[in-house]
Amino acid sequence: MKILVCVKQVPDTNEVKIDPVKGTLIREGVPSILNPDDANALEAALAIKDNDPNVKVSVLTMGPPQACEMLRECLSMGADDAYLLSDRAFGGADTWSTSNTLAAGIRKIGEVDIIFAGRQAIDGDTAQVGPQTAQRLDIPVVTYVQHVEVIGNKVVVQRQMEDGYELIEVSTPCLLTAVKELNEPRFMSIYNIVDACSKEITIWGHEDIKLSPENCGLKASPTQVFRSFTPPTKGKGEMLNGTAAEMSKNLVSKLKGLHVI
Amino acid sequence: MIFNEQHELIRKLASDFAKKELTSEVLDKIEETDVFPEEILNKMGKAGFFGIKIPKELGGAGSDHRGYVVVMEEIARASAVASLYVSSPNSLSGGPLLLSGTEKQLEKYLKPVVTGEKILAFGLTEPGAGSDASGMTTTAVEDGDSYILNGRKTFITMAPFSDYAVIYAKTDMSRGAKGITAFIVDMKSEGVSCGKPEHKMGLIGCATSDIILENVRVPKEDMLGELNQGFTNAMKTLDVGRIGVAAQSIGVAQAALDEAIQYAKDRKQFGRRIADFQGISFMIAEMATKLQAAKHLVYDAAYKKDNNQNATMAASMAKFYASEVCNEICAKAVQIHGGYGYMKEYRVERLYRDCRVFTIYEGTSQVQQMVIAGQLLK
Repeated sequence: MKILVCVKQVPDTNEVKIDPVKGTLIREGVPSILNPDDANALEAALAIKDNDPNVKVSVLTMGPPQACEMLRECLSMGADDAYLLSDRAFGGADTWSTSNTLAAGIRKIGEVDIIFAGRQAIDGDTAQVGPQTAQRLDIPVVTYVQHVEVIGNKVVVQRQMEDGYELIEVSTPCLLTAVKELNEPRFMSIYNIVDACSKEITIWGHEDIKLSPENCGLKASPTQVFRSFTPPTKGKGEMLNGTAAEMSKNLVSKLKGLHVI
Repeated sequence: MIFNEQHELIRKLASDFAKKELTSEVLDKIEETDVFPEEILNKMGKAGFFGIKIPKELGGAGSDHRGYVVVMEEIARASAVASLYVSSPNSLSGGPLLLSGTEKQLEKYLKPVVTGEKILAFGLTEPGAGSDASGMTTTAVEDGDSYILNGRKTFITMAPFSDYAVIYAKTDMSRGAKGITAFIVDMKSEGVSCGKPEHKMGLIGCATSDIILENVRVPKEDMLGELNQGFTNAMKTLDVGRIGVAAQSIGVAQAALDEAIQYAKDRKQFGRRIADFQGISFMIAEMATKLQAAKHLVYDAAYKKDNNQNATMAASMAKFYASEVCNEICAKAVQIHGGYGYMKEYRVERLYRDCRVFTIYEGTSQVQQMVIAGQLLK
């Protein structure tokens, strides 16, 4: 069985500050990390490999050359090989363009049984790239996966809902997006780090994956960002006390006082 | 460049591990109970911390001394006692085997130590033989296909819960250091017992006790290295051990500096941050400078080891300077904290106690000075 995990290098948003004038993220000096949901996706793949030594786990990302650092981390967690899609033509991509590029990369890699991706990246929070990639590859997708079990050429997954979960059986090949409840990502190990440092990372540009520059990067991105801003912080809420009747009476009078109703 | 990509990844792993596993709740509990959680030891084993520079074919991770140093530094930065569990299999217990073990001994004793399944103690020091290890009185007398060991080893780290111990004993009383032989002793053998765990000042959570040997029969196949060559084995082991203690020292010193800087910025007296007083800020500048110098001595010693250069003097300099400076930095960190630094609720109190032994164990500062002077004044 071959599993591919789509990963992304993101700024550690715990460390990110917002430029108060421009309203954009200040990325300088902020450490880059493996996107947290993607770490869950990789862990899910590695857990399947733990139980079956015939499973091969590959990781794929699109990004600048420094994304190699993150791919080495993935190899150090136990992935077998890594692919980087890196080309100036890929720069400035929105989700439409990113998924197009990733899908082209996956076609070049060849047959895979399961593709894992994180639910969303902490720098964009769109949660679109996973499902879009599945659609381009014409394979089924299950999002918000909180549990996975591989049974033959089928995968049984729990899809997280707000008030429970859906139990879904899906045939391979398929794409699953992971939520943090899926597992606890493992640490790297020194055993794997030593091996990872001698592994070659495959780097492909637009010609390697047979994409014309018009179909990738900024040129192929229909999304246009007009303005980024930090939403104003909400004022402190007020808690009402008393019986339900008292509280609703109180609430109505307050809302009337504010001319809301 | 001293470090390469491999070392940077190892540093990240150790630092992530420390942040996630060695939380203040866990560390407080260790301090309270004197017990180190087995679950964390298992995770350390999985991460490869017990065999960092031990070759892959012997079950290790196959990294090097620099890899070992960065793990020790980052783990000690969070918890000195946790770093003791890392150093033991990599240096004092793994070292003698790696240096002199036969293929069979490596398979039987080293492999399970590297994976964390078994614990092996290092038994050199005796009540009357510390810095002068050659003055030991433990004896091993040949008896058919075995040796019979008698004596007492003291301050043996992890002795109460170890599975095996490397014991150095006199096989020829007339030859001093040249009459010492190393043996691997099964701690469950008849005649082996441990003393009561010592009440230590620091490094709480890793028991240290005596090992008492009363007519212990050790088969000849468990003799480690050649007859009467044990002292060389012990000294070569300590050569590596020194780099480990030096790395522990820079880790703990970094923690003390971090705490001191934070506190100096937070604490207000006379209407301003105490960091704004020159008396405090100059202390911090001095601590940081000395720490940086110590780091480079430690990294240099590890680099020399990795490049098969003579590292004896470099390792002694690193151990001597880093451990002394660590004590100075921790003392200053307590000073900057004022009365609060004397209280157990503040981290610097523990750092101050933990680091006190660094200038003592695995060769006192004075022994290191002897080694350095000996190399210079040959």
